[in-house]
Amino acid sequence: MPRAYWRPSRPNTKGNWADDLDHRRRRSSRVGVSSARPEAPRWSAGRIPWGQGIRRSSLGGWLFVLPALVMYGLFVLQPLFLTIQYSLYSWDGIGPSTWVGLENYIALTSEPRLIETLFNAFRLVLFFSVIPVSLGLVTASVIARIATGRLGTVSRTVLFLPQIIPLVAAGIIWGRLLSFPGLVNQGLDAVGLGDLTRAWLGDFDTALGAVGIIGVWVLLGFCTVLLLTGIAKIDHALYETARLDGAGWFAEFRAITVPSLRYEVGVCLTVTTIAALATFDIVYVTTGGGPGNATAVPGIQIYILAFLERQVGLASALAVVLMVLVLLVILPIQRLTREGAR
Amino acid sequence: MRVARNELYAGRGLLVILMAFIVLPFLTIFVTALHPSGTVPAGLSWPAEPQWGNFVQAFEVANMSALLMSSMFIVLAVVPVALVISTMAGFAIGLLRVPGARWLLLLFVFGLTLPFEGIITPLYFLARQFGILNTRLAIVLPLIGLFMPFAVFWMRAHFANMPGEISEAARVDGASTWDLFWRVHVPLARAPIASLGILMSVWAWNQFLLALVLVEDPTQRTMAGALGAFQGHYATDIPLLCAGTILILLPTLILFVVFQRHVITALLQGSVKG
Repeated sequence: MPRAYWRPSRPNTKGNWADDLDHRRRRSSRVGVSSARPEAPRWSAGRIPWGQGIRRSSLGGWLFVLPALVMYGLFVLQPLFLTIQYSLYSWDGIGPSTWVGLENYIALTSEPRLIETLFNAFRLVLFFSVIPVSLGLVTASVIARIATGRLGTVSRTVLFLPQIIPLVAAGIIWGRLLSFPGLVNQGLDAVGLGDLTRAWLGDFDTALGAVGIIGVWVLLGFCTVLLLTGIAKIDHALYETARLDGAGWFAEFRAITVPSLRYEVGVCLTVTTIAALATFDIVYVTTGGGPGNATAVPGIQIYILAFLERQVGLASALAVVLMVLVLLVILPIQRLTREGAR
Repeated sequence: MRVARNELYAGRGLLVILMAFIVLPFLTIFVTALHPSGTVPAGLSWPAEPQWGNFVQAFEVANMSALLMSSMFIVLAVVPVALVISTMAGFAIGLLRVPGARWLLLLFVFGLTLPFEGIITPLYFLARQFGILNTRLAIVLPLIGLFMPFAVFWMRAHFANMPGEISEAARVDGASTWDLFWRVHVPLARAPIASLGILMSVWAWNQFLLALVLVEDPTQRTMAGALGAFQGHYATDIPLLCAGTILILLPTLILFVVFQRHVITALLQGSVKG
C-alpha cells in the first residue's frame, strides 16, 4: 500500500497472494529453510494417542480460525454476495426492489459514461504502474551502483515519503500545485513556456494525465525501495565480473539487474495495478471525476450511482465488473511472479 | 569498485531531480500556509509577513484535538483485535494445519484482490441495518474484516516457517493447544506481529472511503476522512486549507521519521511476503 493504498489506499491492500500455493518452494530457496518438512501433524503419533491428538487439535484449531473467519465473512464475504445480489435488482436504497435479471449489466454496456470509467482506469495503469515500475527500476539500479552511502539512504527515505501520507492529502497537495497560480504553471512561466499554462486538472486534455502524475508521485518510492531490496539479494559476484569486463551502467542494468528482479517487478506490478484500477481517494479530492467525464473512474462512478443518484443496482453491477476485471488482470501478473520466483 | 566520473554525476543528478519532485509539493503547501488567510498566493513565494497564526486557526476550525482522538480511537479499536484474531487464524492455518487449511487460506487470499469500492454499497446498508451508521463502530467493524485477508496471510507465512520441533517439544511437556499458542508461539512471533501492527495502524489512519460513506461527522472519522471533510469546507481559503493539511499530516510524518526503518521494512515485507 504500498495505498494504497502504502495506500493508495490504497492501497490499498498490498500483497502478493496467488503464488501462495507455490509458497513452500520459494520460501525454501529464498530463506534457505529445508523444504522437506512433513505435511502431517508434527508431533509423532507414538507419544500422543493418535486419535485424541488429531481430534483435539482439529476442533481446537477451528476455534482459532473462527473469530477471523466470522469478521471476514460478516464484513467482506457477505457484502460481496450482497453486491452480486443487488446487481440483479432495481433499487433506490429505500423503497421496494424489483428483480431485473441482467438488465443492469446491459444498461452498463449501453451507457458510454459508465463504460468510459473502465477505459479511464486502464489508462491510469500507465501512470500508476508502468511509469513507477520502469522509473523505479532505473532509480533503484542507480542507487545501488553509485549511491551506496548517505545519498542512497536519504533518497530512499525521501522517495518513500508520499507512501505514508493519506492519498487525500496527496490529492490536496497536488490540487494546489497544478492549479493557477500553482508551482507547475509558475515554473512554466519562468522558463518561457507561459503559453502552456493551464488549470491542469480542469482541462479535458490534461486532467487524466494530471491525476496520473499524482499516482507516479505516490508510487515511485514504493517501487524503487522494493526493487532495491531485490537488488540487494542479487549475487554481488555477477556485478564484479561484469565490471571487470568493463560493463557500463546500462549493460549491467540490462544483463543483470532487470532479469534478476522478475519476482519483485511482479509484486510491484500487482500492487500498483490494483491501485490504478481501484483509484478513488485522489480523484475524489482533485476532480470528482470531471471535467465532464474525463477522470471518472469506476470507484467514483460507483459512489455517485449508489449514494448520490440512488441507483443501487447499477452501482453494484459496475462494482461486480470492476472486481472481475481486477482478478482478470492480476492473475497473469501473478503467473509472471511465480515463474520469476527464485 | 570504480564508476566513471560522468556516470557518477548523471546518477546523482537523477536522484536530486527525483527528490525535488517529491519534496517540492510539500514545500509548496508549507509556504502557502504562511500567506494571509483568504489570499491566493503563487506556488513558491515567501510571504512578506509569515502568518504562523494560520496553524493555530486551522487547529481550531478543524477541531484537531477531536480529530486526533477519533483517529486514535479507531486505530486502538481496530488494530489490537485484528492482531489477536489474525494471529490465532494464522497459527491454526500455518502451524496446526487444521483440516481444510488450504481452502481456508485460499478463501482469505481471495479477499486480497477485492477493491473496497466493490463492497462499499452493501456495507452502507448493513451498517444502517445494524444501527451503527454514523458511529465509529461503522468504520471499526468493517475495517477489522477488511484487514483479515492480509493479516491472516501474513501471520500464516510466519507460522508456516516455524520449525516443527518447537511445537513437538511443547506437546511432549503436555501443553494444550492454547498453551502452545499463547506461551510458546506468540512470544516467538513478536517481530511479525509488530510489523503487522504498524501496517494496519497506517492503513486505518489513512482510510478514506469507509469514513466518507459510513460516517458523516468528521470528528467521528479517521484522519484521512476528516481531511476530506476539511477540504470540502475550506476549499476556497487556500492558505488555511494548506495549514490544516500540514497539521493533519504532521503526526504521521513525525512517526515516520522516528520509526522510518521499521515502517519501510514493514510496508515492504507487506508486499513481498509470501
